[in-house]
Amino acid sequence: MDSKVISLVVNGQHFEKEVETRHSLGDFLRNDLGLTGTHYGCEHGVCGACTVLVDGCSVRSCLMLAVQSDKTAVTTIEGLANEDGSLSELQLAFRECHSLQCGFCTPGMLTTLTELLRENMNPTEAEVRERINGNLCRCTGYQPIIDAALLAASRLLDKHRAAVTAPRS
Amino acid sequence: MDRLPINHLERPAYIGKRVHRSEDRALLMGQGQFVDDLKLPQVLFSALLRSPHGHARINTIDVTNARALKGVHAVYLYSDLPESARRRLPMSIPNPLIRHVMTQELLASSEVCYVGEPVAFVVAESRYVAEDACLLIDVDYDILGAAGDPLAALEKDASLAHTSAKDNLIAQLPLSYGDMDQAFAKATHCVEEKFWQNRGSAHPMEGRGYAAEYHAVTGQLTIWSSGQTPHLEKKTIVDMLAWDPERLRIIHNDVGGGFGPKAIFYPEQALVAIAAWQLQRPVKWIEDRREHFVSSSQERDQYWEMRLALDAQGKILGLKLVMTHDNGAYLQWGVILPYIGVTTTPGPYVVPAMDVTLRMVCTNKGPTSPVRGAGRPQAVFAMERMMDRAARMLGIDRAEMRRRNFVQPEQMPYAVGFIYRDGKPMIYDSGDYPKCQKMALEQINYAGFAARKAAARKEGRYIGIGMANFVEGTGLGPFEGATVRIQQNGRVGILTAVSSQGQGHKTTFAQICADQLGIPMEMIDVIVADTNAMSMGIGTFACRITVTAGNSVYLAAKAVRTKIERLAAFLLECKTEEVEVKDGITYVRGSPERCKTFSELARVAQGIPGFSFPEGVTNGLEDTQYFSPTQAAYCNGTAAVEIELDRDTGQMRFLKYVMVHDAGRIINPLIVDGQIQGGAAHGIGNATLEWMRYDDQGQPITTNFGEYLLPGAGDVPRLDMLHLESLSPLNPLGVKGVGEGGTIPAAAAIIAAIDDAIDDPNVFLKEAPMPPPRLFEIMRDAGIYERERQTRMAVVKAGLRT
Amino acid sequence: MKPAQFKYHLPSTLDEALELLGTLENAKILAGGQSLLPMMNFRFVMPDHLIDLNMVSELQCIEVNPVSIRIGAMTRQHAIHVSPIVRQFTPLVVEAYDNVSHRQIRNRGTYGGSLCHLDPSSEQPCFTAALDGVIVVASRRGNREIPIAEWAAMYMTPSIETDELMTGVRLAIWPPGHGWCFEEYARRHGDYAIVGVAVLVLLNEARHIKRLSVAICGIDAAPVRLTRAEEELVGHEAGDEAINRICEITKTIENVMEDAHHSADYRRHLMQVLTGRAMRKAFDRAIPGGF
Repeated sequence: MDSKVISLVVNGQHFEKEVETRHSLGDFLRNDLGLTGTHYGCEHGVCGACTVLVDGCSVRSCLMLAVQSDKTAVTTIEGLANEDGSLSELQLAFRECHSLQCGFCTPGMLTTLTELLRENMNPTEAEVRERINGNLCRCTGYQPIIDAALLAASRLLDKHRAAVTAPRS
Repeated sequence: MDRLPINHLERPAYIGKRVHRSEDRALLMGQGQFVDDLKLPQVLFSALLRSPHGHARINTIDVTNARALKGVHAVYLYSDLPESARRRLPMSIPNPLIRHVMTQELLASSEVCYVGEPVAFVVAESRYVAEDACLLIDVDYDILGAAGDPLAALEKDASLAHTSAKDNLIAQLPLSYGDMDQAFAKATHCVEEKFWQNRGSAHPMEGRGYAAEYHAVTGQLTIWSSGQTPHLEKKTIVDMLAWDPERLRIIHNDVGGGFGPKAIFYPEQALVAIAAWQLQRPVKWIEDRREHFVSSSQERDQYWEMRLALDAQGKILGLKLVMTHDNGAYLQWGVILPYIGVTTTPGPYVVPAMDVTLRMVCTNKGPTSPVRGAGRPQAVFAMERMMDRAARMLGIDRAEMRRRNFVQPEQMPYAVGFIYRDGKPMIYDSGDYPKCQKMALEQINYAGFAARKAAARKEGRYIGIGMANFVEGTGLGPFEGATVRIQQNGRVGILTAVSSQGQGHKTTFAQICADQLGIPMEMIDVIVADTNAMSMGIGTFACRITVTAGNSVYLAAKAVRTKIERLAAFLLECKTEEVEVKDGITYVRGSPERCKTFSELARVAQGIPGFSFPEGVTNGLEDTQYFSPTQAAYCNGTAAVEIELDRDTGQMRFLKYVMVHDAGRIINPLIVDGQIQGGAAHGIGNATLEWMRYDDQGQPITTNFGEYLLPGAGDVPRLDMLHLESLSPLNPLGVKGVGEGGTIPAAAAIIAAIDDAIDDPNVFLKEAPMPPPRLFEIMRDAGIYERERQTRMAVVKAGLRT
Repeated sequence: MKPAQFKYHLPSTLDEALELLGTLENAKILAGGQSLLPMMNFRFVMPDHLIDLNMVSELQCIEVNPVSIRIGAMTRQHAIHVSPIVRQFTPLVVEAYDNVSHRQIRNRGTYGGSLCHLDPSSEQPCFTAALDGVIVVASRRGNREIPIAEWAAMYMTPSIETDELMTGVRLAIWPPGHGWCFEEYARRHGDYAIVGVAVLVLLNEARHIKRLSVAICGIDAAPVRLTRAEEELVGHEAGDEAINRICEITKTIENVMEDAHHSADYRRHLMQVLTGRAMRKAFDRAIPGGF
């Protein structure tokens, strides 16, 4: 068995673990670290349910070996809530808009949209639709997810504007 | 029949409100408990070796190298199974007309009949090692002739799908009512058409999966499953393992979508249980997508031959149908799937006479069972295309053609003429079909379409509009139970064995219960999908849960409310009518200081050891109901779709998508809208994208998501949804099912719209799916491209810009 | 769907990578992994060794020279897609990447990986062909250059030795004001192209074609350059006649591939349709004020 010790940060926590080289990043997160929020729907890179953020970039964790995440910072769905444990604007919007039914594709949707909203504070509906086009959902028909992303974006933008224009204390 | 009174509570009712789901928080935080998420200490993993052939005899299997591989704990063949398990799975829904009952074995004993059929089961330290071991298993097969296409399989010298059968005809069912001869004798017009349809699979994002744990000390076997029917799973395990039912518990935690295929019982569940029991370690099997493609059930090819008899005004006199259904290799769900299809055919129209021959054919392809829509999308496609065909022939507008044939609201309850799949006469309970279509056509501005079409044509664009109506029998019996219980801490428990795959049942049940008990929803805890919670259950499929379990919750909560009022009256020394119940506290009207909390009442009802109850007090503040509908409740809807067609590529895009749906009383509009939008996505897939293909030797051609195309966000538009609420008189809540309504009319309406956009008298689309490459062939063969090319060349020659 | 076992190697320099490649048997290069890892998960491919190039930073670059841009083999597709250099000098490439898969794939997938995978439906070999790409490969024996026209040995197999790896590609820069278009038909946005067309055109002041490059993917194992049409149409006016002429020429292509899902006839038809559309858009971009 070919293995290697890797050192990485996941959701802000540092880990050093020995891992078999053929194990995927998703399997490592789920089985070795117990972070079962990331889901496997196809293992050939199409469904997107396994999407996580590696150094801020959305990637399919089924198409990355765990050893390739050495010296990176990974964020999974478990790391998206606010520091005090409250739901983020995006997560709140998902609940309000009924953007999840079974919840299986949701990890991939959230990480993908998190990357989008960091890059683009005011996306159009077309831009949101395009960005989640690589994330399959069999429950919602996508529209509620798009609506949630736009809702969260507008709230975050309001907060940002309020912070930027707030009088200096 | 007990009606739900409107405005019966002081507090705003939860029923009818867009309540956010209680299920969401955990899922949004990544704390779902899907079966592969369960952290079972010392768990072992498993994989299956599956048949690579559509039809073959097994000569020998050598597992020596597999068993010797480091990390492998066990390799099972058929001969290694306990005796009770060396038999075929029980057939879930028997029918005397089935000529050859063929269900799967847990592992193939001597003959494999579809690509993907389980042959060996490997248990190991990891899935990686289990798959390594599978490659080391050596199977010697003799390849046999395969039954591929269902029509070819019925011919005289066709290869047999099973060598033990006489032929490939599983069942031939005649169904008829009315006088067909009369109908065709009187007819002024006759429309004849043949349709071919293929459905493919549901492909929930989570595949199947099972985890089993056995405790030797107690003999308790617990199985967690990604399924839809906990009690069906339990019953089957009891039979296959000869297990004591009281020491068997099936639990469904979070399930990542079901849509039908997870409702049947599969061999892997029994194999996991056997291994856990024999190895005395927890064992799990998690299906991967490649396996899902070949071994989870799907729907397959159907051939519909229809003859419609019409009078001079286009009113239907009779309909003759021969339907040939490709069942695949095994028959888990009886004749239900195609039976639903043929009986759904009349839809919302008056069809005075109907004669059906249904032929179910065995082929060497994977298992089939209902997939979202369950045979109805095919019926609606065939019938709605016939209506369009008839309209064209008679020179009548398509909407008018339908108007002339609707069952009118004053005809309710309306007996169609068939016996439905639930064993009862098919009687539509309520619904306003003309109004439904009218609303849809107004919303999409059907009246203005001709002008839009002409304007688009001037710009060189091709647009089309299509419509489809459906009626769907939902809320099937026989029952689904619920217990409502006031706990000693004052919280309210709802217990059911209902399995959820995303429908938000926990939220819906809590809404119903909260309204009856006058409490906030946050006081309620809902347990679902645990066979220990209820002794009997049927399962989640066919849009039945809100009608059955929802009404059980309602009736149980009402009964508990009555008990609360009586016990409170006794303890507060007042009349029952004077008791107010609000937010978990009971008090005497006008004297709020005289009160008892739910907690206090529950503790009284628990009893004190040794003391008899006084008169009028009974044990427990709980009630259990198994609501049993007398027959199906029929929901209905209309889809109206406007599309633009790129005639050169065959690609279509949506301009407008309107859906009017009537599911009786709406408990939670947020959830209902979600079901319809989500259901439409499946229908859109079925219209132009999804096509599960096999060759004529039973080899699957589409086996990954690159070849089998699911609709993505770019393929599904925002639906414009309108609702009607024709209450069902058949249950206290007046509800009907809603989970499949979005899917059922979709492909019919979309393909009709594509046909309309092509707008060529030589083209009539009669296949589903209608993917662009196929559309290209049809348009090419009709000469459309050649004519356009000549026009273009002529224009260029004349020196004009195109 | 788990891969078989392999030995994993992580070189940090090109020389280390070449040394490994030159000595190991049944070794595969792991670039972005977006094509290789699915095949390994299905166990269609079971290498004994994986040589991961993701730490060889010298293979990641986007540089501009007077007549070409050079893109390192391990450059991420997303980096190319958003590169200001690429946008300025080879805008065709940006439009091609608008059609390549999805962001999550482009974040990891590499240009070199796609060229070596050589899927006939892939957009990246196609624009490389239109831009007269020259592929540089290296081994312990030295470097050599392979023009894109000679790159494909056969279906999904580049003409690269087992001890060689691709280090980068040079793409020709067309003069400012040139017209370009990447047009494809895919079943869903982001899917592989059933047929894709890359067009580059340079017009003179009289709007006559000075230079033309048309590459088509999805009809053969390697992208097909319409060299005959490119020569014939020099001097023609940018207009409908030229467009019709080139569409007629596409009909003369003898070998058009087909598979279970899309027939040769359909691909031929798409080729004509898309070539016409791509030419039109390219002219539109080459003419100040539009076509």
